[in-house]
Parts: sequence; structure tokens; C-alpha cells
Amino acid sequence: MRHFSLRTLLTEAANAHQGWARQWRAPEPKPAYDAIIVGGGGHGLSTAWHLATTHGITDVAVLERGVIGLGNVGRNTTLVRSNYFLPENHRFYEASLKLWERFEQDVNFNAMVSQRGTLNLFHSDAQRDFFARRANMMRLEGADNEFLDKAAVKRLVPMIDADNGRYPVLGGFLQRRGGTVRHDAVAWGYARAASARGVDIVQYCEVTGVRREGSRVAGVDTTRGTIRARKVVFAVAGHSSRLAAMAGFRLPLETHVLQAFVTEGVKPMLDVVMTYGGGHFYVSQSDKGGLVFGGAIDGHNTYAQRGHLPVVEEVLSAGATLIPSVKRLRVLRQWGGVMDMTMDGSPIVSATPVEDLYINGGWCYGGFKAIPAGGMITAHLVATGRPHPVGAHFGLDRFRAGRTLDERGAGPYPWAH
Amino acid sequence: MLRIACPWCGERDEAEFRYRGDASVQRPAADAGLDAFFASVFERDNPKGWHREWWQHAQGCRRFIKVVRHTVTHEIAAIGKPEDDPAVPE
Repeated sequence: MRHFSLRTLLTEAANAHQGWARQWRAPEPKPAYDAIIVGGGGHGLSTAWHLATTHGITDVAVLERGVIGLGNVGRNTTLVRSNYFLPENHRFYEASLKLWERFEQDVNFNAMVSQRGTLNLFHSDAQRDFFARRANMMRLEGADNEFLDKAAVKRLVPMIDADNGRYPVLGGFLQRRGGTVRHDAVAWGYARAASARGVDIVQYCEVTGVRREGSRVAGVDTTRGTIRARKVVFAVAGHSSRLAAMAGFRLPLETHVLQAFVTEGVKPMLDVVMTYGGGHFYVSQSDKGGLVFGGAIDGHNTYAQRGHLPVVEEVLSAGATLIPSVKRLRVLRQWGGVMDMTMDGSPIVSATPVEDLYINGGWCYGGFKAIPAGGMITAHLVATGRPHPVGAHFGLDRFRAGRTLDERGAGPYPWAH
Repeated sequence: MLRIACPWCGERDEAEFRYRGDASVQRPAADAGLDAFFASVFERDNPKGWHREWWQHAQGCRRFIKVVRHTVTHEIAAIGKPEDDPAVPE
């Protein structure tokens, strides 16, 4: 792997940029591997990189149905934060945020990690009290946050209509270490670094069946032939139920679509990530100037990577209520990604009823920020057979045992999380 | 945008309805045991294709209806009352 640095850039600039090569290999799949990871998204590539670096397991293939970077890792709104309420969730996402802080050095790739701050607004006494409780839970775990009054919020985000009649802004809850990361670079950075360590990234290779020998997994059937493996990982959030069905079990989740939007580019107006507590709306401004925003899931089972108009209307109206000036902007792009929505709103990183078959999924709408730690705990589970301490509570057994991690307290209704 | 034909009110906009989940799930008998209740509360087929599901006409007559909808094309094949058993296409 060619090391990227300022010196590399200057050398190439003097060379009219003729020396940039492909950054990862495109191998034919071998007949057998130590481990196969199904899904070349953020979590699959991160798992492969952690297997190769932390655990020295390099006889690994990542099988991707299409091209890496075109699934959910390239469809999210690029936010990273760790401001969760439940200690199990907070500890995990805080571990992930710490890994984001060193991600670019780890994989030697510029991912434009920008810790610009994540601001959650509140609009009622009850909401303030809950945010205060959430902030205190985080402080007990040693994570940063600040509680802002209305004047401090207005200094930070002067463009909001803090006195709107419907949901006046009372204050905000700020995590300065939260922010954004360029999502394409996350897929490319992990792919390049994993490939350099010997991981085969096989694109256009769709898994069509799961091979079993007795109680254990033996490999997968793909559109490019059967590939045997000692261990198999499903990292296909959005389609986890389909892969599980091939292996003969069911999962506690449903597939739902979440939409996202980008406006035309404007001059810098917003330098934090902001969420609106009065409706489902969150927004940040990209380095190109476009406002990147989204809202709630559409709310019914779907595998279609496109959303419906009622949610478009709801998100845009919430945005216009909070920031009236956005009414004059045009939306350039709008898209959807399909996600595993679990029965408790928390992820699944777990062994499965089939021996040597593991699952990384159920990320709901929080999968992007979890990529570094998600790969870390999945690789640990695959390599050692035991759950990693920061992910031990994400096992499938929690549902049957009544130990669900229900951040919102919404109950076993995936569309309500 | 879905247009859902409520058996009582006729064809209405999706925004009038509230989704209430997989209608193929049956509540087990009281003495069916932990495994049966675990499967009924938590596990789902989550099909990529035809899905039998509950909707409530929340902004209309407030009744529950059964809808057979395709989870990729969003086509609706059949709609019934709660006691009906609308057919799922092959």
C-alpha cells in the first residue's frame, strides 16, 4: 500500500497526477477462506480490517453484491456522536467515537473527520428534563457534553426561529466531539487498508445460499460459485432477514426505509449538526455548502430504496419551522436506504443458531457512527468466539431473556424506534 | 405514496393511516410456553415480497384493516376487514 502524505501529494502534483493507482485489488474469489464476510458495507469492511490488524486473520473475503460504497455506507447523513442514554449504548458509541478520532491515522486515508459538535434542541420542560438526565448519564460515563440556555443556542445557531409559536426553543444539549465524517472515504479507507493486508474484496458477488454441514456453517453459494469457509459473518443490515432465512432462522427485526435530502449549495450558515426536538428533523451543512438533512423512517416494512411523499412533506415542514430561511432553497437530491429496524431499537452483533455463523446487523438508523466499533466487536467475536466487552449486550439472546436495550422505551414495534 | 382502500371509507391517502405491523402473527395460547411467545412478540419473517399487515385508519373511521402489500413495488393486492383472510398472490 502506497503511504498517503503531503509528500505523496506533492510528488504526484509534480507528476501531473499520473501515478495514482487503484487502491484495492480486484481478485477472483478463492475456493475457500478462513472467514467470509457477506456485505462490503462499512461494517463488513471494518470487520475485515479489524480481523486483519488486531487478530492477524488475513485469509478473509468480503463478498459484495454490487460495488462497495453504494449501499447504506454511502446513503446515510454522515453523522457521528455518542450522546446515548442507556449506559450499554453510550459505552459502545463512545468507543466508536474514540475510534473515529484516530480513524484517518489508523487507515492512512483522509475521511474529513469533522468534530463540529452535535446540538439537540429542546422545546418543553419535560424534554429539557429528559435531556438533562441523558447528559448526566453521559457524564457519569465520562463523556463530554454541555447544556446550553436559549441565549447560548442563539449565539451558536443564529439562523433558527427560536421564538416560533409552535415549538419555541428553550435550550440545547451539545456534544462538541460529535460531528461528521465523509462516508465514501470510510468505505474506501477500510477497503484499501484491508486489501493491503491480504483481505480479498470481491465485488459483484451476490450470496444466493448458505452451506451447512450438520449444525455448523460450511460456506456460501454465490453468483460466482460456491466458496467454502470456516467462519461466516453476515454484515448486510437492511437484508439481514433474507440472509438469515437462507441459513434457516428468523430475526427480531423488520426492514424499513429512511430518507435523506440535500439542498443546493449555499455559503456557510451552520457549523454544527443540529436536531430539532419539535419534529423529526436533523441537519448539517456539507463542505460543498449543501444542507444535508433527514427525519423519521417512513414507518412500514419496505425493501425499496426510495421513500414516500408524506414523509418528505413532514421533514421539509419541520425544517422550515426551525429554519425559515431554508424555504428558499431547492432540494437537489432525495434518496432512501433500507435498514434493519430491531424490536428494541438497538443493534445485533451476535453468534447465531448456526455454529461459526455470526451476524452484525440491526443497526436501525444508527449504523454509520457505529462502523469502527461495530467492526471491532464483530472481529473480536469471530476471532475469539467470545463477545467483546463493549458489545456483550448486543447478543440475539437478549430478546428471549427479556434484557432488551430499548433506548426510547417504545416496546417491540420496530417502526416506533 | 400509497392509496389504501378502506373497506368502510373507500380509497384514501396513506397519510390517514397508521401502520400496525405484521398481520400474520398470531397470539399463542396462554399455556403455549416461552418459545411460542418469544416467536410471536419478537421474531418476524420480514419478507421481501408480499406482506400481510395491519393498518389503522387513524385519521378516518379508526378501524383496523388487513392489507396485502408488496414490500418492493408497494403494490397492494388485497384489503380486508380484521376478520377477513385476504389472499396473498403466488
